Amino acid sequence: MNEEMLRATVEKLVRELAGATPASAAGTPAAAGTSKPAAAVEDGCLNDITEVDLRTQYLVEHPQDREGFMALKLRTPARLGVGRAGARYKTATYLRFRADHAAAQDTVFSMVAEEYPAKHGYVPVKTLCKDKDEYLTRPDKGRRFDEENQAVIKKTLGNKPRVVLAVGDGLSSVAIETNAADCIKAIQAGLKNYGIETTTVPFIQFCRVGAGDHIGELTGCEVICLLVGERPGLVTAESMSAYITYEPRLGVPESKRTVVSNIHKGGTGAVEAGAHIAELIHTILEKKASGVGLVRS
Amino acid sequence: MNDVKGELLSVGIDLGTSTTQIILSKLRLENSAGAFAVPRVEIVDKEVVYRSPVYFTPLISDTRLDGAKIREIVEREYEAAGVKPEMLQTGAVIITGETARKENAREVLDALAGLAGDFVVATAGPDLESVLAARGAGADKLSEQERCCLLHYDIGGGTSNLALFDRGKLLSTGCLDVGGRLVKVENGVVAYVSEKVRQGFPELTVGSPAAKEKLQDVADAMAEALLEAGGLKPPGRWLEHFITHKTAELTVKPACFSFSGGVADCIWSPRSDDFAYGDMGPILGKTIRRRFEEEGARLLQGGETIRATVVGAGSHATELSGSTIFYQGVSFPLKNLPVVRLDSMDGLSDAIARGLALFSEEGSADPVCFSLRGKENPSYEELCALAGEIAAGAKPLTDRGEALVVAVETDMAKALGQRLAAEIPGGKILCVDAIHAAQGSYMDVMAPACRGTVLPVVIKTLAFETKEGVR
Repeated sequence: MNEEMLRATVEKLVRELAGATPASAAGTPAAAGTSKPAAAVEDGCLNDITEVDLRTQYLVEHPQDREGFMALKLRTPARLGVGRAGARYKTATYLRFRADHAAAQDTVFSMVAEEYPAKHGYVPVKTLCKDKDEYLTRPDKGRRFDEENQAVIKKTLGNKPRVVLAVGDGLSSVAIETNAADCIKAIQAGLKNYGIETTTVPFIQFCRVGAGDHIGELTGCEVICLLVGERPGLVTAESMSAYITYEPRLGVPESKRTVVSNIHKGGTGAVEAGAHIAELIHTILEKKASGVGLVRS
Repeated sequence: MNDVKGELLSVGIDLGTSTTQIILSKLRLENSAGAFAVPRVEIVDKEVVYRSPVYFTPLISDTRLDGAKIREIVEREYEAAGVKPEMLQTGAVIITGETARKENAREVLDALAGLAGDFVVATAGPDLESVLAARGAGADKLSEQERCCLLHYDIGGGTSNLALFDRGKLLSTGCLDVGGRLVKVENGVVAYVSEKVRQGFPELTVGSPAAKEKLQDVADAMAEALLEAGGLKPPGRWLEHFITHKTAELTVKPACFSFSGGVADCIWSPRSDDFAYGDMGPILGKTIRRRFEEEGARLLQGGETIRATVVGAGSHATELSGSTIFYQGVSFPLKNLPVVRLDSMDGLSDAIARGLALFSEEGSADPVCFSLRGKENPSYEELCALAGEIAAGAKPLTDRGEALVVAVETDMAKALGQRLAAEIPGGKILCVDAIHAAQGSYMDVMAPACRGTVLPVVIKTLAFETKEGVR
């Protein structure tokens, strides 16, 4: 069998599989009349599948109790009741999963806008990492500053400030751009009610939580509260955490940190979280302890 | 910090048409949020730990309550239960049914709330009674579990309180003058007939022989009214006749029905002696069961019968504020705060000023509670704007050194409170969230629980009925 014969056989097979006999495929006048003009350009736009709220999407066909399942779905962002096509997900589910996964990855690799610190009056500093790749592969470098940045930190925060509020990009630039500024303002206002003044806010690029310990070491501050973007998940890429440490110094154990996590619009809102953090900082200053020490106090 | 747990000891006292009861319950509080999140304290368990016997409600006359005897009952029961008023952290006294129509209802209620404990609140009103009785009987839970629309009837001595729930959510309430003790019988003779019954059955007079057939006619009419109220039959003359102020609006048609109240005992376990209690309760109970079954209604049995209302008052009247709240300079409890509902965010400060003026005209120097929805995830600027409006509108109040009380629904009370504190230096401020309070209701706020993270709150009505209507 030569190549030409093979091609003819395959073409015949394909036509048969598609349900068209060679005769009709040749084009009767009727069929030709109904066929659409090829490649018409439309101005339409595909729906953004990521805009669908998964808590309200239920894809099972002919369910026994749609309302009952919908009521359960409202309680969780998990991908439940997605139905199936044969043994697989439906296309919508599959695409949404890919889209959410891509968003999470994009968030990790994207940078906080260059003008962000200046816009909010934050002083930009940078850890030892020279780019995102190094940031992701060398966590140790995300916890220390070079001499140039050390000097900026010392100059900005002064000697022995009581409370330092700082913002770091962490693993989600989106989380920071969405939540940090509102949260910082709420913390500052809350602390002011207690008569506690704060310093200028440093913005730390390529920041790990431990960067706060170096700031503590450099300035001798009593408490540091570092807002960091959380590692994005499939539910949200906008989640931010606050790590609060009493007497942050190099080598401080993780058990000494008090954490407020899940600060985003689906968790605790940025402003209300800020009010809570302000009170928490006040308590930490009073009890002179954070983390496990605070729980035990 | 985060492993906050706690318990609230709560009392419920029900002064009903025919019976007076007391229960004590323990409300267990727990932080259900993770260790690394902002706390979220919730009531995780409610347990009734003491039940008093069922007393007949003491009366001096047909129109006056015997305050002294009621006081004795409360003192005796507190002693039997081993509690002192100061041990109680929350609770409610509810005056229900015909008892709320007595001349001295309000005085007795207020006196009793004070006697029962500083943190025990006085409540009244048929709508609230309907909700508390239904919750006390577990009707809301039944409706949620069965995922159905359920109409609950709490059939007491003087009134039947209706509450309609759809999958656990309250839709409407209503009240009918249908009860087991609207006709009383002594030694085979009719001893008492309520006005409503007399109007419908003029031949039934005090002193006439208590023939079973006559009472059966009354019970049939009452059952008819209940069927009509439940949408099992089209509304007719008996529903109209027995309506107190309104029946439950059936926005969704109920698929099942549940009962509590003294008469419910006679529905589930019929008495062989029709006059076992000297009233028409047993006959009414039997009739209701037969008629509802004839109409093919699905009947569900709740957790409580005669104690539903008192359990409702003790275990279900108290709710918790959100766990991020703000208070300064306020002494607890705050009692009977009238609620000023602010529905529109536009012109907020004017609306607040108007609300204040309204209450000061009535000569009330008591603080009020401003209730608003609040904003979902506000920006800091939006928060400041809102706080500014509130502070400006409430200036006459805060200038006098009185407390500013704000209840919002969305999670923003702590931030809002802190901002208000900045606007009103040294002001007395209370700001709670996760609380919905409607216009016309009242709010009581108890002392903070769980290391000060939450406030027990009772949202209630204080409506006393007179012949002219609800006051």
